[in-house]
Amino acid sequence: MRLMHYLRATNAIVGRELLRFLHQRGRFVAALVRPLVWLFIFAAGFRSTLGIAVIPPYETYILYEEYITPGLAGMILLFNGMQSSLSMVYDREMGSMRILLVAPLPRWYLLSSKLLASTFVSLLQAYVFLGIAWAYEIQPPPVGYLYVFPALILAGLMLGAMGMFLSSFIKQLENFAGVMNFVIFPMFFLSTALYPLWRLQESSKLLARLAQYNPFSQAVELIRFALYGQFNRYAFFYTLVTLLVFLVLAVWGYNPSKGMMKRRKG
Amino acid sequence: MTSFALEVECVSFAYGKKKALDDVSFTVKPGQCTILLGPNGAGKSTLFALITRLYDSPTGQIRIAGFDNRKQPCKALADLGVVFQQPTLDLDLTVAQNLKYHAALHGMSRRQAKRRIEEELERLEMPDYRTSKIRSLSGGYRRRVEIARALLHQPKLLLLDEPTVGLDIPSRQALVAYVHQLAWKQGIGVLWATHLIDEIEPSDELIVLHQGTIRARGIVNEVIEQVSVTTIGEAFQVLTEEATCA
Repeated sequence: MRLMHYLRATNAIVGRELLRFLHQRGRFVAALVRPLVWLFIFAAGFRSTLGIAVIPPYETYILYEEYITPGLAGMILLFNGMQSSLSMVYDREMGSMRILLVAPLPRWYLLSSKLLASTFVSLLQAYVFLGIAWAYEIQPPPVGYLYVFPALILAGLMLGAMGMFLSSFIKQLENFAGVMNFVIFPMFFLSTALYPLWRLQESSKLLARLAQYNPFSQAVELIRFALYGQFNRYAFFYTLVTLLVFLVLAVWGYNPSKGMMKRRKG
Repeated sequence: MTSFALEVECVSFAYGKKKALDDVSFTVKPGQCTILLGPNGAGKSTLFALITRLYDSPTGQIRIAGFDNRKQPCKALADLGVVFQQPTLDLDLTVAQNLKYHAALHGMSRRQAKRRIEEELERLEMPDYRTSKIRSLSGGYRRRVEIARALLHQPKLLLLDEPTVGLDIPSRQALVAYVHQLAWKQGIGVLWATHLIDEIEPSDELIVLHQGTIRARGIVNEVIEQVSVTTIGEAFQVLTEEATCA
């Protein structure tokens, strides 16, 4: 019976997130416009200036658009994951987060379910983006769309957990702008989403090293390899370990006796 | 088996150096409506956050239907229904969708949830509102839905944190009457936080909280006698004024 309680709760949390998402079509369009602008405008403009050498997982020379597509799928996960988790700040101020946290289940389980729910929403958006990219003739092997599924889930969970950890000590929604400037943008630009590591190494070894250790880079590489039917073991374990670390920190942050909730005035 | 819906024993809490609650102790019996009366900033919401485990209470003990909310949080929270001060319904979802979500969080099956939702909506005289979006409901009806939600899993303790905020006078009166009836008929222990004295019934147990400490406790008439005044309004004024001057 207890197991059924857990399953029903997760089912409800995921279902609610999907329902909310369906009611917010503007959010869906906005989440898609961002990567599409990068793909159709930015990548087209930079195509001639940024030549990409043959690097794994690619077996031939590719256009810049093809290179940045996995990075832009990662961008959807990054923005959406962070936004969903940070909307918990709003939910907490408005109260609906309280309803979740007073449910008679362990807090780590409730937070993990919430994370899973927001990852499913990101996943939908990422697949729609990959579909549009396919129509734009960025066409990885068909099997890649299957392989990329677990990669997108793992990457989405990791980025969502990071957002959740941040949300546990952000007091007000206004601080989201700070998160954009200090977390999302540096993570995105200092990653392999837009340029390969060797390109970055040519201009700055320090930046290349930072990009290498950036969890978002590893998430993007995991997606990139999976999309081309390959498994990047290093990126997988790096993303998995980062997910666990952020999840533990987020649960700690939301633990009333240990984390940041303790010091917050409600 | 405990005979109390809620037991709060020697609970203190501070935000940094600022004390919000100081050695607070009281009980709520099943079938009894207990009013937690205090001005804004008295510590009512902090106390609610501690009872619901949104905050941790490092000192003292809080037991819900006999379960310590630190040692057995899941069992304690299973017997608790809460109506928070802030609205907590999803405006874009329907009444039934909001209620089903809560039912699932409490582990109820679809069939159980459907039956309980129908029962509660019937009791609140709003069976036709199942498919109405929350956004389309008035403030009074939204509060009713929140109460229905808090009662879905048949808790032994119902917490209401200033539930009449933003309601017009008839809606307030109806809500006060409904919750009192609920306590008597269903045997639920109710803890109702408010700063409005007209929400108190003569038979209520009253706790006057001010600046984090309990200033008076007892049935309404007992509190009036303790302060040697004639009305509860005067008693409240004296109790909160004295404390401020002290």
